[in-house]
Amino acid sequence: MNTIAPERNFRREVIDVTPGKSNLESCLQCGTCGGSCPSGPDMDHTPRALFAMINAGMKDKVLKSNTPWYCVSCYACMVRCPQDVHITDLMYTLKRMAVKEGYYKEQAYSEAPQFSETFIEEVRKYGRSFELGLFTRFHLRHHPLDSIRMAPMGLAMLRKRRLNLKPDKIKNIKELHAILDKADKLGGAR
Amino acid sequence: MKYGYYPGCSLEKNASAYHESAMAVCGPLDIEFQTVDDWNCCGATEYFSIDLLPAYALVGRNLARAARNKESDQLVAPCSACFLNLKKTDRYMADSPELTDKVNQCLAAGGLNYQPGSLRIKHLLEVVVNDVGLKTVAEKVSRPLYGLQVAPYYGCMTVRPDLSGNFDNPEYPQSLDRLLRTIGADVVDFPLKAHCCGGHMTQISEETAVELIRGLLHNATSVGAEMLVTVCPMCQLNLDAYQEVVNKHFGTNYRIPVVYFTQLLGLAFGIPMEDLGFGKEFVRAEPVLRKIQTEAPKKPRMKRPSRQALPMPAMTEEV
Repeated sequence: MNTIAPERNFRREVIDVTPGKSNLESCLQCGTCGGSCPSGPDMDHTPRALFAMINAGMKDKVLKSNTPWYCVSCYACMVRCPQDVHITDLMYTLKRMAVKEGYYKEQAYSEAPQFSETFIEEVRKYGRSFELGLFTRFHLRHHPLDSIRMAPMGLAMLRKRRLNLKPDKIKNIKELHAILDKADKLGGAR
Repeated sequence: MKYGYYPGCSLEKNASAYHESAMAVCGPLDIEFQTVDDWNCCGATEYFSIDLLPAYALVGRNLARAARNKESDQLVAPCSACFLNLKKTDRYMADSPELTDKVNQCLAAGGLNYQPGSLRIKHLLEVVVNDVGLKTVAEKVSRPLYGLQVAPYYGCMTVRPDLSGNFDNPEYPQSLDRLLRTIGADVVDFPLKAHCCGGHMTQISEETAVELIRGLLHNATSVGAEMLVTVCPMCQLNLDAYQEVVNKHFGTNYRIPVVYFTQLLGLAFGIPMEDLGFGKEFVRAEPVLRKIQTEAPKKPRMKRPSRQALPMPAMTEEV
């Protein structure tokens, strides 16, 4: 007999797709994570609140929250957590779930998903990141007016020879494509 | 000592000063770098946000190619994000046979394979401080950086998360402090030394990023630093290139150069500035470097404690 209440299933789902041991079920609701977070003030829920919401099965609200997208992967919360909850890894999980289930497109709560996607497009094309392509495509697509404001810094970067005009491409790009295509096919991994 | 070397995308251009200075100091430090053949991007902090298995496979390809090097089982990354992605993937694969199996199924499509644990992944700072050792570094110093007030800045991913076998404290690291003291610099106590620089937030939410950068600049200058020393290309870019943005945003007037630790090492070894990538930073380092003195500054004499005072514990001198 399945003893897990239906609203607990979302928590199970989150734990299942997080690599390694997430320890999510051990959260004590102490709030050390939110207090340690450098971008906490911009989040609509602190990590602690988000974990309580996961426990309550509030999938919709959790996946629409901007919290994971404001996570800067500094791991400050993770080293301070008294229960060793892998908070940063959980934030990555929630980001992936929001992308897979299309939640992040509903609201313009953060441009982080679009930034990540543009970054990945460049990496898949060349095998390396291409900063000039990333910045111009991302900014022109999502806030063209800002591109004008950003232009002087871009020019200064070029002058200081810190920006490539052309992308670097790896030699065996076919090998990389074969590997990534296979990964797409196999899908989820823990 | 021979090491596999994974430069990462930033070091190709944006952080070429880091790459050039790292190459310049490996001679005196007796390190030989063998670049991983046809390495690819590590995915930074972006790939894991969108997809999991492709992100692991992307890092896996680098690990597999690096493990082909028969001359060394040690892999060095100078970039903190690359270092963490390589190390974390190796660890998580070691912890989960299921993940190892899946990553290797992907790698097999490209004729590759990686067994977790076959490489020891290290950050460049760890190699200099622990493998080469401060004693050897001290012997190579010909031009000590006397009188230079520096704030050591570690950022996040070099010291966190607290994976077993970390080379420094995750919240209050000391390795870079000790290294900079060894080459003669005056190291200030920098409380925010392991706080976040904002990472990719400069692109996504500038408001969030400038607030964090302002905090770091304020803290470093208020404890008397004239220069910030970093171990990561992202930290260097954010603190250096965005200093002007911060000044405009808050009406402040920060002008503090941000350099890589390898650049200062090179200077102390007597390597000419033009071989160390100086001049690519937005806030020029040269005016501050001119303050380097030829003689060690006299340490102010300790005031004798009053007879009525309670006995206080004294800090032991390091190095």
